[in-house]
Amino acid sequence: MNKNGQLIKRLIIACIAMFGFAFALVPLYDVFCDVTGLNGKPNLEQAKISDTIDTSRAVDVGFITHIQGKAPFEVEANKTVITVQPGAMNKIVFKAKNISHENRVMQAVPSVSPGIAAKYMHKIECFCFNQQPLTAGESADLALLFYIDTALPKEIEELTLSYTVFDITKSGQMGSAQGASK
Amino acid sequence: MTAVTEDNHDSHQEHHEATGIKRWLYTTNHKDIGSMYLIFSLIMFLIGGAMAMVIRAELFQPGLQLVEPHFFNQMTTVHGLIMVFGAVMPAFVGLANWMIPMMVGAPDMALPRMNNWSFWILPFAFSILLASLFMEGGGPSFGWTFYAPLSTTYSNDNTALFVFSVHMMGMSSIMGAINVIVTIVNLRAPGMTWMKLPLFVWTWLITAFLLIAVMPVLAGTVTMVLTDKYFGTSFFDAMGGGDPVMFQHIFWFFGHPEVYIMILPAFGIISTIVPTFSRKKLFGYASMVYATSSIAFLSFIVWAHHMFTTGMPLAGELFFMYSTMLISVPTGVKVFNWVATMWRGSISFEVPMLFSIAFIVLFTIGGFSGLMLAITPADFQYHDTYFVVAHFHYVLVTGAIFSIMAGVYYWLPKWTGYMFDITLAKWHFWLSLISVNVLFFPMHFVGLAGMPRRIPDYALQFADFNAIISIGGFAFGLSQLLFVAVVYKCIKGGDKVPAKVWEGAEGLEWEVDSPAPYHTFSTPPEIKD
Repeated sequence: MNKNGQLIKRLIIACIAMFGFAFALVPLYDVFCDVTGLNGKPNLEQAKISDTIDTSRAVDVGFITHIQGKAPFEVEANKTVITVQPGAMNKIVFKAKNISHENRVMQAVPSVSPGIAAKYMHKIECFCFNQQPLTAGESADLALLFYIDTALPKEIEELTLSYTVFDITKSGQMGSAQGASK
Repeated sequence: MTAVTEDNHDSHQEHHEATGIKRWLYTTNHKDIGSMYLIFSLIMFLIGGAMAMVIRAELFQPGLQLVEPHFFNQMTTVHGLIMVFGAVMPAFVGLANWMIPMMVGAPDMALPRMNNWSFWILPFAFSILLASLFMEGGGPSFGWTFYAPLSTTYSNDNTALFVFSVHMMGMSSIMGAINVIVTIVNLRAPGMTWMKLPLFVWTWLITAFLLIAVMPVLAGTVTMVLTDKYFGTSFFDAMGGGDPVMFQHIFWFFGHPEVYIMILPAFGIISTIVPTFSRKKLFGYASMVYATSSIAFLSFIVWAHHMFTTGMPLAGELFFMYSTMLISVPTGVKVFNWVATMWRGSISFEVPMLFSIAFIVLFTIGGFSGLMLAITPADFQYHDTYFVVAHFHYVLVTGAIFSIMAGVYYWLPKWTGYMFDITLAKWHFWLSLISVNVLFFPMHFVGLAGMPRRIPDYALQFADFNAIISIGGFAFGLSQLLFVAVVYKCIKGGDKVPAKVWEGAEGLEWEVDSPAPYHTFSTPPEIKD
């Protein structure tokens, strides 16, 4: 019976370890995506200004916004597509409006497609770094200051920056903008 | 287990401590528990099958006729859950309970009380799942894969019942797996070395390790769904920093090994039956063992082939495409070994052999369509169409289910002591064989033509094929009632069979009387050769 006990103990430990592994996959997934930049999650830290500009090519950058669920906001970029040169600074203004009758807090979470281009998208200033409190009916102009890395692979000629807009008034889950990268 | 000495052995045979329902509630006998598992899975097979009939009736013609789309979604979801966790897996555990102790020369499973518990959890798990169908809001309707956010943001409050029933099924499977491993490792008769183990035992051993590795991951996944839905965590919710695509990664890390959990024991059954009726030894025994192990290993590194359309980078798509294709090598080894076993054998076509040959042919078709799905660029066309439905029903119905039927027909006379009604069984086989192909083969074509899965309505151009598919479905469903009749008649009586039911059969299970006495191998048998 001792022989059985030993084996059963090991098998149960293996089960518990695999249960833990399922949860370990969550941070592992983030680390893996961070390292490889696979998931289209751009870096949310403020970037330094580029000192070189690649004038030999142009890249189309599109902007789309997507309101998650029933979040009471309207968010739109003032231009849907712009053509930029890698390394050159660009500014885009997003018009955001709280269409509800209550004070709300908005958070935009960025995503870049194709995913591989995410790590070449550098933001100097972005409203996605912060939570945006908007009072009832208030409109605000939100700025995005960015440039495309000169190291962007040649085959990428266009990329899309997508913002998903969340209403985080109640949840308060997003303590900081940095939480969005987790 | 208490040691049973030789002289009280005979008196013990007909002596059960409890009678009536208590015998079944309290039993720790591997044969009783095996029978309960098999009957339970047969009931679940019929319930899940009834749901498939609802699905096919609704799809008989385009438009919404019989059921609401929400109810249709519940049917597809619960049909999948019941067939995977209620029919196929318990049937294999039942066969393992009956046959593994007899095949390795052990008196019982190593952990008989846990065995009883792991069975009796199941009726409760499935009662919870089925009861949710009758509650306000209905049962789970997010597909058996319960992708987030369908199962979190967009599901109803009965999702908790789904989560708990999956937890219970998982516990049952894990305990069953622990029992199988401990039995095989510690209770083999002296002289039963590893490379003398029957292949059914080998494949089950490897399956049990797969279960231990991935069922806890499934438990973790449903737990995350539970906390996301009810306790405000954000594992799969981008608003809180989570990622819904991660759900698919974690789910399929369980899900892909799971499909091998449902097919490896089938390989074992076919490898047992084909040599018996070819009257030759199995061709390439050792290569079968190694092929099974390699399939088990590869099953852990191919999960993302279910997710080619989620926007993976090229390197990932290539890796998962090639690793998936690699699985066809050990699987091919097995198919060729079965064919080589039959080659120049003295083949006779008893019912178990008919099912086995049908398995080899039809499972291979399912394997080929799987290979097509593995090709990433092609998968973008096939993804979420009826082609996928055709593929996994070929490997699960004509694969797993046919092997279970083959196994039941093969060992049923050993269990009951009577030969089953051969004419009726042949009717069951031929009707099933024809109807299952009428049912699933046209699905390839409607899938390639673009009909999506999991929809209650479809475009007009698919109408003719869907009518044919539904007719095949009804015929296949009705044919299974013949199976119930054959099993029932065989339990009630029939021609008596000798200990060695099939004259070409080999293995320890044929050295005990038919029907197998309540206690077998209380003293370990002698292993010859």
